[in-house]
Amino acid sequence: KPELSDQTAWMLAVRDKRCKASFGQLFDYFGPRLKGVLCKGGLSHALAEDIVQDVMLTIWRKAAQFDPERAQVSAWVYQIARNRQIDVLRKVNRPLPEALKAPEESTPDASQMVALDQESRALRQALEQLKPSQREVVEQAYLGDLTHAEIQAKTGLPLGTIKSRIRLGLEKLRHELKELSGK
Amino acid sequence: MNAIIHHIPDELLIAYANGTLGQAYSLVVAAHVSMCDESRARLGAHQAVGGALLENAGTETVSDRARAAVFDRLDMPVKEAPPIRASGIFPEPVMEALGGLPPRWKPLGLGVRQMILNHDAEGSARLLYIPGGQAVPDHGHNGLELTLVLQGAFRDETGRFGVGDVEVADGDLEHEPIAEEGEACICLAATDAALRFRSLVPRLLQPIFRI
Ligand SMILES: [Zn+2]
Ligand SMILES: [Zn+2]
Repeated sequence: KPELSDQTAWMLAVRDKRCKASFGQLFDYFGPRLKGVLCKGGLSHALAEDIVQDVMLTIWRKAAQFDPERAQVSAWVYQIARNRQIDVLRKVNRPLPEALKAPEESTPDASQMVALDQESRALRQALEQLKPSQREVVEQAYLGDLTHAEIQAKTGLPLGTIKSRIRLGLEKLRHELKELSGK
Repeated sequence: MNAIIHHIPDELLIAYANGTLGQAYSLVVAAHVSMCDESRARLGAHQAVGGALLENAGTETVSDRARAAVFDRLDMPVKEAPPIRASGIFPEPVMEALGGLPPRWKPLGLGVRQMILNHDAEGSARLLYIPGGQAVPDHGHNGLELTLVLQGAFRDETGRFGVGDVEVADGDLEHEPIAEEGEACICLAATDAALRFRSLVPRLLQPIFRI
């Protein structure tokens, strides 16, 4: 039977039981990946580790906001990481959307959580199937380093030039996903 | 209230998710997402892609020292500033930019008022107050202009924009938005370069008004 991913189970244990062992698992899974992205973006090991610490601490402190029916753990971590990166690198707090109010009485919907986990797995597989050149474009759009973007921002909107390439990458992604779901 | 029909385009949602969008545009995106479930869901989908890429990313070893430092801080108390909440027509991120206070309007003439929320090298975000029936003078843009309606509605050459709608005008569009008759139209607008107004405020005065 379909089960929750390890990451979701760890995150729920952190959220609901303040479980430090599970937090350790999350740290060991996401910490090196976050640092990998940051170093690839040109940050020094020291600064990258500072940001990883900051992000992991935010995950621990804001765990109550994690909603497994609306976001996979990786999507939630991604969002926190990009927010903290801007706050740290640019020294500004980026504007964030209003949080959705959770309904008073709600029983967790396990099937919805599992479905999201499966969706996430399919998405990762689709990304792995992209051609290296396509994948590079998608990666640049979603994980592109902020310092580079800042230089571009001073000379004009970076989107203008890479816009069409992002669209192509996404279109390819959609097709891959469609094929995948058709199987 | 009419349903929202003009949304934030995907490339801007992606840039917002990634964090490469400037502060002024990010404010408009955050405000629109606060008002629009559809765009919130699409932003969520982009964050899922970002998360999947993060999971597939190459790793770098994190030092034991850094790991231990985080564990040392888990039980430390955190003092958090009291949150600023949405108020009236202003969603939370806008109230945040207002510092929790009502707007302090500056007259621009002909009943039009504005308040600059932030202004840096990348662009500016401001609130605009346009009396019902009044036109925002014909202007061109040097770059991208995002306009989110918070109250009332306006029309221009490209269509009608009601509460929650965002107009995305690029450098080529010369338009003359007109507030609909009735209550004043209040918008959140972000630009990446000074607007070039043809009338109302003489060009020489623009640096003073910072528009
Ligand atoms: Zn929308
Ligand atoms: Zn305009």
